[in-house]
Amino acid sequence: MDFINRNLPYLLAGISVGGQYALIAIGYTMVYGILRLINFAHGDIFMVAALVLVYASASFPLYVSIPLTIIATVILGFAVERVAYKPLRNAPRMSVMISAIGVSYLLQNLALYVTGGLAQVVPSIPVISDTIKIGSATTKVVTVVTPILTIVLVIVLMQLINHTKIGMAMRAVSDDFETSRLMGIKINSVISTTFMIGSFLAAVGALLYFTNYPSVVPTSGAMPGLKAFVAAVFGGIGSIPGAVIGAFIIGICENIIKGLGWTTFSDAFTFALLIVVLLVKPTGLFGEKATDKV
Amino acid sequence: MKKLAAALICATMCLSCVATASAETVKIGVFEPASGDNGAGGKQETLGIQYANEETPTVEIDGVEYDVELVIVDNESSTEKAPTAASELVSNGVSVVLGSYGSGVSIAASDIFAEAGIPVIGVTCTNPQVTEGNTHYFRICFLDPFQGTVLANFASENFGATKAYVLTKLGDDYSVGLGYYFQEAFESLGGEVISDTFPEGTADFTSYITTAINEGVDVIFAPTSTEAAQLIIATAASQGVEVPLLAGDTWDSNVILNAAEGTDLGVYVTTFYQEGANEEFDANIKEWINADSTRLANNGGDDTVAAVTAMGYDAYYTALAAIQNAGSTDAAAVNEALWDTTYTGVTGEISFESENGDANRDTAYVKVANTETVAWDFVAEQGVQ
Repeated sequence: MDFINRNLPYLLAGISVGGQYALIAIGYTMVYGILRLINFAHGDIFMVAALVLVYASASFPLYVSIPLTIIATVILGFAVERVAYKPLRNAPRMSVMISAIGVSYLLQNLALYVTGGLAQVVPSIPVISDTIKIGSATTKVVTVVTPILTIVLVIVLMQLINHTKIGMAMRAVSDDFETSRLMGIKINSVISTTFMIGSFLAAVGALLYFTNYPSVVPTSGAMPGLKAFVAAVFGGIGSIPGAVIGAFIIGICENIIKGLGWTTFSDAFTFALLIVVLLVKPTGLFGEKATDKV
Repeated sequence: MKKLAAALICATMCLSCVATASAETVKIGVFEPASGDNGAGGKQETLGIQYANEETPTVEIDGVEYDVELVIVDNESSTEKAPTAASELVSNGVSVVLGSYGSGVSIAASDIFAEAGIPVIGVTCTNPQVTEGNTHYFRICFLDPFQGTVLANFASENFGATKAYVLTKLGDDYSVGLGYYFQEAFESLGGEVISDTFPEGTADFTSYITTAINEGVDVIFAPTSTEAAQLIIATAASQGVEVPLLAGDTWDSNVILNAAEGTDLGVYVTTFYQEGANEEFDANIKEWINADSTRLANNGGDDTVAAVTAMGYDAYYTALAAIQNAGSTDAAAVNEALWDTTYTGVTGEISFESENGDANRDTAYVKVANTETVAWDFVAEQGVQ
């Protein structure tokens, strides 16, 4: 019992941060599934969501600024795709990737310009910022809410993908880009929808993440973004349940390692895991076996 | 048309060269972070320098009135960017440099200034390595071995602490250094120390705070940047930490006050200046900060007088005193004159010892964050036995 009491806080932190990584990882994995593009700007969209919340809540009450944040983030995701990726639809994949890196730095530096380089304090959202006691551990409500909300959102998303028309279109585009275009699927609207769903989840992730760690700087999105990317690869990039499970595993492992006293190595672990996964099982836990189509 | 434009541009450039050459100016470099981890503190320190410059924009050298021009660069709190920022100051031909907030960047840029023969007055860089073994880096603040000892004494005398948790940032000279000196002093007082480090970009401090709670420590010492401090305070508050949090001069910032607002935490810091020590200075600088929205934003949104602002103010006057003593704008002459320069500022007497050019200071102020009034309350003036 004493063992559980001592280690419960680490586990809770791990589950909570894992859920937040999962929400970002879904955005990576969906975009990859459809465009075969690693959207490097995704972590920065997550950061921008937090900044929008900071500035929106300065002028509006929270019940206005939270929906506003989500809408603004969705529009940003849509705009990034239209401006930076769509014109390159027929360009080599490398060009799109470079464009994504460009967008990432553009967003970071815009944030640097807007904030003047100072850390902005994210306003605390009532209810989920309250502290509660679970067993021996004291934590915020958000720690408990995150995994539940993540799982609910994933179930909704899976329903959307498996049982709606747009979901079917997404699966078709992800399966064969050219053929689905020939079959009359409007691929541009499918891709835009994908980016909007990814950005929506990133915005929700940002609301939860920055409730726990209420300070945002222009590089705040980089680390969570990278870890979510590792989670997506770990779970098998292109697979949504894989990304979620990967994210939870990474979040929990990271915190257990910190709990064991090897705090310095917790980040190293994440990236070592990436290398091992790529060496041993390049398709990840749930990834499809890559077949080259001639 | 193009030729005409080119000719015009050339003409203006020539004119501007002539213009700068003819006016009597002395340039003082301001080497501070305006972005990155220490951006908030760097901006506050720069504010003090700018205020002093506005108050006294000229200096008399041998009966000739010189305009003082501040050349401000941003070292981005990064040891990689610091040398570039320093080179920019060197190529601008500054006579003396002030800064930086954060010891790491000061150490990183030290050689650039040394090669150019330009003296630097460290304002609040407290790591011993900044001035050690060189003759061009001076400083007007106390040092980390002193500060660490003061904090260790304070922890054991005021809280009867016997077990401390020390949390420092990996690769940050200031943080690791101060943590080390605290640990050394605390252990020599018979205490036990559990130390941890966190890497750059850490946002999740839950595990660290949990470890501290599990170990049953009496005090948590976290000499980190204000950026990390916000997160540490938020995490400590949500985890219901009951032991006091201690930190060095960096935490003396309204960023910390705002983070601690409404919590039950006891946040104690050592610092160079206690607001209220010089009421005239406080009132004037508050008025100056409130007069401009950019200044107000750079000071973190309110008019709390940070110790680093007062230190920046004193550093500027110390530099002027050195230039006057040198009787020249030549960097080498200023460097020579600095050794014997003394100045009485708002933060106390400033003079330099003759080996490394460190300030002769033997007291630090301990303050506690009042979580209701969102202001610093004075606790004690602490020295070392």
